[in-house]
Amino acid sequence: MQENALLARITWNTLITLLYFFLLAPIIIVFIISFDTRQYLAFPPESFSLGSYVKVFHNAKFISAFWRSLIIGGIVGVVAVSAGMLLSLSLVRYKFRGRAVVNFLILAPFLVPHIVLAVGIMLVIAPLGLLDSYPGIVLAHLGITIPYTVRTITMSLMAVDTRVEEAALVHGASPRMVFWRITLPLVRPGLIAGGVIAFLISFDEATISLFIVSVKASTLPTEIYHYLEYSTDPQIAALSVILILISVGVVVAVEKLIGLRRAL
Amino acid sequence: MSAAATAPTATSSTSAASRGILLMLLLPGLVALVITFLLPLIWLLRASFASSTMSAFGGGDLTTQSYSTVLFDPFYWRVTWNTLVLGFNVAIFAVVLSYPIALFLARTESRFRGVLTALAVAPLLTSSVVRTYGWMVILGDRGVINSTLQSLSVTSGVIKLTNNSFGATVALIEILMPYAILAMLSGFGRLNAQLEEAAAMLGANRFKVFTRIILPLSLPGVLTAALLVFVLAISSFVTPRLMGGGRVFVLGTEVFNEATVTLNWPLAAALSVMLLVLFSSIILLYQRALRALEA
Repeated sequence: MQENALLARITWNTLITLLYFFLLAPIIIVFIISFDTRQYLAFPPESFSLGSYVKVFHNAKFISAFWRSLIIGGIVGVVAVSAGMLLSLSLVRYKFRGRAVVNFLILAPFLVPHIVLAVGIMLVIAPLGLLDSYPGIVLAHLGITIPYTVRTITMSLMAVDTRVEEAALVHGASPRMVFWRITLPLVRPGLIAGGVIAFLISFDEATISLFIVSVKASTLPTEIYHYLEYSTDPQIAALSVILILISVGVVVAVEKLIGLRRAL
Repeated sequence: MSAAATAPTATSSTSAASRGILLMLLLPGLVALVITFLLPLIWLLRASFASSTMSAFGGGDLTTQSYSTVLFDPFYWRVTWNTLVLGFNVAIFAVVLSYPIALFLARTESRFRGVLTALAVAPLLTSSVVRTYGWMVILGDRGVINSTLQSLSVTSGVIKLTNNSFGATVALIEILMPYAILAMLSGFGRLNAQLEEAAAMLGANRFKVFTRIILPLSLPGVLTAALLVFVLAISSFVTPRLMGGGRVFVLGTEVFNEATVTLNWPLAAALSVMLLVLFSSIILLYQRALRALEA
């Protein structure tokens, strides 16, 4: 009986390990292949070097797309957090007619596939001349990020004890002072988490971006996509590792701030 | 932002000033959501009835020509069928492979639990383009699997694992697994170790404990995960396009093709509406199933 239990335990643990391995396989393999420098895709690497990383840093297309992605992600993060903060304040602190409609509008983008939204956004911004422009891609990313910022900020805001704010008001603080000195610091974890998630979604997003941008405002994921259509050399692996490291850094930061499962 | 807009009013009040504040709080976010969500859906519907790309923004005659193409052209029947098959295969395998991980994470008392959870959902935070590339490296003609098999002399030729729907399916399974794991984890709240111990003490064997207690209690979470993976799979296009090498035709790849290559925007719009209808009917079916399950 005990031997049976031991055997079952070993089988179970092996299964879990194998499943984790499957889940992480592409990331592990990309990491290994990023140290290869051949012009074509092959496994295992012939020799290990940092050649592909050097190539990435000398690839003007990737570098400029990287900075563009960073700027676009930053703007999306800031705007989505600001709009999200205001929406959360109105939803948590006010009861008003049409609240259900607002709530629905915030949740609805979760219910529509990105590719459908992408075609729609393309149709909306094309006549405005915003295709392949910074305002165009920022707008496109706002719809899919605001729902996340509203969620994280609302959670933080609901945890705030309004008596603290009232106490400050009673003791003579102006509403503006209460907001900046009390409310805002108290919801800071939600603001940061929301901003980080919005940045990351924008930074990694490929589906909507591929419909909106082509050359002038191309982001890193769209550049990688177009590169992969013709070539799969290890340069992309090196670039992927850099992107993964950025994501991991962000994940660790979010986990430290409010916990990953609550943020998602 | 004005000072007044920042007043932390704890309760509802109906004064005009308070209504003004509320409006200012709501406006920026609502404008953004209307432009990036509501208008696109309306424009999409309008464009799907346009007669040409030039008149996709209004004006011109309305026609149902794009819909008759989508509904009656055998090519698009094939595409819709491929999409559903891909969705089902991906959903079933992703759920089956994610279930043990979710079960493990839900009940482990390991002090690495946080790390292991993060590890299971971390792939969610890397671009799907990057993870698709990983699968191109693994399944490619000179990739990990083919070169390993050849060096072990199991096969001499290349086994075609990419540029077909097999590659697209495998890659999508892995890419969507973190969603399944997350959905199951939040649905496994009803699982209770004490209940299982009680059943075991009363003489149920492991198999019986699993089929009679664990599985029924975790079924809502499993259903949610399956739905989530299915709808994400049928609306994906980056992975099917890259792993399929242009030989896998699903609704997502055709929408992208019509929108950016052929530039037939009315057809792209009609295909998107079709996808949206498919998407919504699946969600409605799911709600029915869940209600039936709870009754």
